[in-house]
Amino acid sequence: MKAIGLRLVLRTVVLIVIVSAAVHAAERGMPAGKGLEAKLEYCKTCHGLQGQGYLGYFPMPRLAGQQPDYIEAQLRAFIERRRTNPIMFNVAHVLSPSMLTDLATHFSNLNPKPFGGAPRGSLAEGKKIFDEGLPDANVPACSACHGMEGKGQNEIPRLAGQLYPYIVGQLTGWKKERGQGSAVDTSAIMAPTAHNLTRSQIEAVAAYVSYLQ
Amino acid sequence: MFKARKLEVMKRTGFKIAILAIVASTVPSWAGGVDGAGVRNCTWCHGASGQGYMAAPRLAGQRPQYIESQLRSFRAHTRDNPFSKQYMWGAVAALSPNAAHDLAIYFATITPKAANDGDRDLATRGRAIYLEGIPEANIAACYACHGPDAEGVRDIPRLGGLAYFYLKGRLEQWGQGYHSGAESPMPMVASHLGPDEIKALASYLSFVK
Repeated sequence: MKAIGLRLVLRTVVLIVIVSAAVHAAERGMPAGKGLEAKLEYCKTCHGLQGQGYLGYFPMPRLAGQQPDYIEAQLRAFIERRRTNPIMFNVAHVLSPSMLTDLATHFSNLNPKPFGGAPRGSLAEGKKIFDEGLPDANVPACSACHGMEGKGQNEIPRLAGQLYPYIVGQLTGWKKERGQGSAVDTSAIMAPTAHNLTRSQIEAVAAYVSYLQ
Repeated sequence: MFKARKLEVMKRTGFKIAILAIVASTVPSWAGGVDGAGVRNCTWCHGASGQGYMAAPRLAGQRPQYIESQLRSFRAHTRDNPFSKQYMWGAVAALSPNAAHDLAIYFATITPKAANDGDRDLATRGRAIYLEGIPEANIAACYACHGPDAEGVRDIPRLGGLAYFYLKGRLEQWGQGYHSGAESPMPMVASHLGPDEIKALASYLSFVK
């Protein structure tokens, strides 16, 4: 009697554990498919339906075709407040680590046309700075790290097709937003370059890369 | 006898003068562009100085590119919420793009007055939703597009000071499946909002100068 009772109890307990785990999983929005889709739609309300970027009151950068390592690194920087952006901190700090990877991977596979709209007056100058840098001003060629086509690699971001006002804002205000706090942050590598570029050089190179496909 | 004749003449002359006066009052509308008659066609419903009246929203101080884009959406029948369909589609059917442009600039330059008709108790929550969104519910921060003081930019509308019932209605309509202008992200943005959040947002915004 006792033995049978125990086996029954054991089976029931196992059943309960399995069922509750499944229920829990559903509550947390897993399987990843459902939760990821909703989150992706959320990102796209600001970053554009194809991740091409959007010009709101602030420019929301293109995520499409971006290096997944870079997206993940930036999301972590927002969460850890090494990159100051209250809106991005808000949306990013609720993301699980696996969600970070899934989102980054999804966006890296999108490929819409560039947003466009940048002024066209200094494209030649922009190309020259991009390809050759400005040796006298201690500005390395962007292409050396970001690639001849501006597609980036690993943690170095893709610039091709990025929004013009976004790049201008980032380069003119690099240290205001990035590399905050005491933790070591790879964004430090861009600080001297951003500092050494003049405003009109920034605008020229930003316009140039914004048209790259 | 002279009196009777005088009266006759006066009657006929008076009649002619009346006709002349009526015809003359329509002359401004021949001129095209922004004119008394053109603006009056709007202020019938949108209030004497474009400050809004009942269901018709305030136009004063609105972003001119936004007004123009909405006028385009009424002509193209892409914006289809009930009042727009019932009133605005007809109102702009004969409005030329040039006239629309001029009217938009005219209303944009009028100083707006805040409606201040929301629920004050909900305004604090509305402000939080406006500035931070609700990431757990996939609700975007309105601030990212509409700006820190809900002033808008380019063709993104100023929301500050619009009437509570207008804002509430628009936010609900996107959740119900009504459409905006062609490029607007609002249907997607607003469809996640619950009724309490809508009331809070509309309340907060109605007080923003």
